[in-house]
Formats: sequence, C-alpha cells, structure tokens
Amino acid sequence: METSTQTGPETLVKIRGLRFARGERAIFDGVDLDIPRGKVTAIMGPSGTGKTTLLRLIGGQLHPDQGSIEVDGLEVPELRRSALYALRQRMGMLFQSGALLTDLTVFDNVAFPLREHTDLPEAMIRDLVLMKLQAVGLRGARDLQPGELSGGMARRIALARAIALDPMMIMYDEPFTGQDPISKGALVQLIRLLNDALGLTSIIVSHDVEETAAISDYIYVISQGKVIGSGTPETLRKTDSDWVRQFMQGLPDGPVPFHYPAPGYIDDLLNA
Amino acid sequence: MLEWIRQLGRGGFGFFEKLGRSNLFLLKTLAGIPSVLRRPYLLIAQLLSVGVLSLLLIAVSGLFVGMVLALQGYNTLVDFGAEESLGVVVALSIVRELGPVVTALLFAGRAGSALTAEIGLMKATEQLSGMEMMAVDPIHRVIAPRFLAGVLSMPLLAAIFSAVGIYGGYFVGVGLLGVDDGSFWSQMQSKVDLNEDVYNGVIKSVVFGVVVSWIAVFEGYDTVPTSEGVSRSTTRTVVYSAFAVLGLDFVLTALMFGDY
Repeated sequence: METSTQTGPETLVKIRGLRFARGERAIFDGVDLDIPRGKVTAIMGPSGTGKTTLLRLIGGQLHPDQGSIEVDGLEVPELRRSALYALRQRMGMLFQSGALLTDLTVFDNVAFPLREHTDLPEAMIRDLVLMKLQAVGLRGARDLQPGELSGGMARRIALARAIALDPMMIMYDEPFTGQDPISKGALVQLIRLLNDALGLTSIIVSHDVEETAAISDYIYVISQGKVIGSGTPETLRKTDSDWVRQFMQGLPDGPVPFHYPAPGYIDDLLNA
Repeated sequence: MLEWIRQLGRGGFGFFEKLGRSNLFLLKTLAGIPSVLRRPYLLIAQLLSVGVLSLLLIAVSGLFVGMVLALQGYNTLVDFGAEESLGVVVALSIVRELGPVVTALLFAGRAGSALTAEIGLMKATEQLSGMEMMAVDPIHRVIAPRFLAGVLSMPLLAAIFSAVGIYGGYFVGVGLLGVDDGSFWSQMQSKVDLNEDVYNGVIKSVVFGVVVSWIAVFEGYDTVPTSEGVSRSTTRTVVYSAFAVLGLDFVLTALMFGDY
C-alpha cells in the first residue's frame, strides 16, 4: 500500500487509521483504505461489519473518532457545512432502499437534485432527466409513483437520480440485496457501464460475492473493524487467508464460527 | 434501590438531553424559514395538508362545542333570569378558552400526528438521509415548511373554530331555546373586548401553534427509524401536545386574566 498522505490523480478517497465506535462497540479499529480514481472498488464483509457506516463516514454523515478520511483532497470530518454540501454535490449515493421521495413521481425524483442545485430552465431539466432515465432503461416509467416500482426499478431510478448532477463518485450500499436474477444482472451491468462511460469512481459495499467480484477492479474485505484482505478478485480467490477464503467461497464454518458463542452443548441440555 | 436511583438519573439526563436537542432543532428550523419564503410553493403544499384539510374537523367541532355551551349555559342562566347574557357566555368561553385550546388539541390529533408520522417514515425509509447525501438540508426542505405551515394555520383554524362556535351557540340559544336575538348579539358586542378577549385568544392560539408544530416535527425527526419507533413518536406528539397546550393555557390565562 502506498504511503503518501495526499489524494491525487491516482487516489480519490484515502482513509488512514480510521476508528469509529458505537457506544462500547468499536465498528472500525484502524482501517486504511485507498479508493483509486476511475475504478470500481468493492468493500465486502459479513453483515453487521459496518460497511454502510463506512459509506456514511465518507459522505460526512458520521464523524470518525480518530483517523483521516480524505476525498479529492478534502479532509471530510473537518469540512464546514457549506464545503461538505458542495462536496456532496459531487458524490452520489445509492441507498439500499433507493430512498426515493415518496411524494414525488419518478420524473420529479430524478429532477430533484437538478432543481435544488441548479437554475436550469425546465425544458433543459426535462432533457437531462430523460437522458438519465434512458441510461438506466426506465424512461417509460417517468410518470409512475415510487410505490408502483419494484425494488430493482426503484434502485435504478435512484441510480439515475444519483448521476443527475454528473458526480465524480458514486457509492452503492448493498445494490444487489434482495434482487431477482434479472434485476441483479441489470444492476451489475449498469454499475460497470456507468462507471466507464461517465468516468466515475464507484465504491460498492456488498456481501454478494459473485456479482461484486464480477465487476470490481479491487476488493477490500473487512471484518471486526479491520481490513483483513485486499486485492483484485483473482488474487482474493487464490488467497491463503482462511478467513478471506471462507468469505469468498461462502463456507458455513471456519474462522467465523457457525455457532454463536455459547456454553457447552451437552451441559446446556442437561442443565435445564 | 441503587439501581432505581441510577435509572432515575439516566431518565433525568435523557429528558434534559432531549430538551436540549429539541431546542437546537427549533433554532435550525427557524434558520430554515427564509429559504421557505424564497420558495413559497413548498409552504403552500403544506398549508393545504396541515391547514385546509383540518378545516372540516375544526369547523364541525366548533359548531358542536358552541351548541353544547349554549345548552349548558342556558340551563344555568335561566334560573337567574339572565338568559339574555347567553351570547356573552358563549362568546367569552369560546374566544378566550375553548377556541384556542380545543383547536390546538384537535390540531395535534389531526395534523400534528400526521406530520410526525410522515417525517418519521421519511427518516425510516432513508429519505431524509438521502436528501442530506444529495446536499439538500432536510431541515430546510422538509421540516421548515411543515413547521411554518403549522404555525400559520393554527391561529386561523382557531379563529374559524371560534366564529363557527358562536354561530352554533346562536342556533341553539336563539333558534331552539328562544333567547332574544337582539340581546344575544348586543350583549356580546358590549361585553367582549377586542384587546382583552379576542387578542388574548389569538395570542394563545399562536403560542399553541408554535408548540404543537414544534413537538410534531421534532418527534418525527427524532424518531427511532422503525415502525415501532414511528408509532411511539406519533403517540408522543399527541400526548406531549395535550400536556403542553393545557399547561401553557393555565400559565397564559393566569398572565392574561389573573388580577394580582
């Protein structure tokens, strides 16, 4: 891992010595990460390892207890509100639920960031929205309400909204969870396609190994507050770390035990 | 015993922490009001759902409250041969007390609970978080218009409640019980003072409007983002609003009408 402390032409997000705790429980304890520009980087790990928390830390919604989070040369935890909001306009985030505004139509949802942050005339907003919707294949769904969309469609609309302001980076929070194979396939393809066509930097947080490995350039595996493995999908598959192998191959037992810590089975049964 | 004291302390800290949070939240909301005034369409949409859609409930309730007051008032007054004063009794009770108080209680039940549930569900479905990540401040975009709409609607609804209530009293008193039409209105006109009675009633309704709207939007924003959390917050909005309105009503009444 490189040792320079500046983000630059190579690296868009640089995290060093990140510590974050919720109450007594440390979610991150000394995490170092580099997100290269123009690439799709995945952050993987079992449920409950704080992957979503990591995205919120990068987006400045949470404050780390220690360590530095640098995005495009800006130290996120130290930014003032206006600077943080200016930075957020350059990053999109796709929430697991889509987080579409339920009182607006699909069209108005995609137009929302444009209307909030630009003074473009309505005709131009219409063109831009239709272009973004076309990119995710849902131009025909523009008049629907969010409640009428399937989960996969909602995520694609949210994706169209996330790219509405042509951000430099998109963060995906569990984009594949709970999707049928067709929607999953569509999302996998879209994430890679948009990344390359729009020159984005993508961060995918996921525990869906197959889908994520298929489109990522680089993968970090985190567990129990630390990065326990990183590399390209190929190198991770061939890893000699038991832990990473268990995760990548989905083995039920290994360093992460199948059983939650408990007193001895026989004792437990006999002590009823 | 020690555990009990500990729990009491935790509860106390929790209460004051929440009070502090809600005050900071109110300041942030007030800071968001200029941005609402720049975009009046946000306010108008909320005035419709918070104010206009509460109108029927308020008007019907006002009518019945006025009618009941006239019936009860008449039965007492007629023993003293003072049934001509029915107009004054109805008008003073409604304008000074029942108008602002009952409107605020109904408003908390109808609009306040709806505001809390809406904002709470927006939080639970990550809509508020999503807005933040789109660099849109949800306090400016979602909270401030709803708060302002509540504050503006409440005095207007109370005024409508009072007007309809007085007509309710009139229908029962004059139409049904045979109080003299002329003295009903003329006594009311001479005994109800604009400054002393009407304005004080308006001040009460403004205060209640601020408090109920504040409680409603804060409870929604501060909710635990689960279905149980939203349901608890909605209940709290109604309960806290009722306490706050009735408690403040006593304080305001003592300040306004207490002779000491």
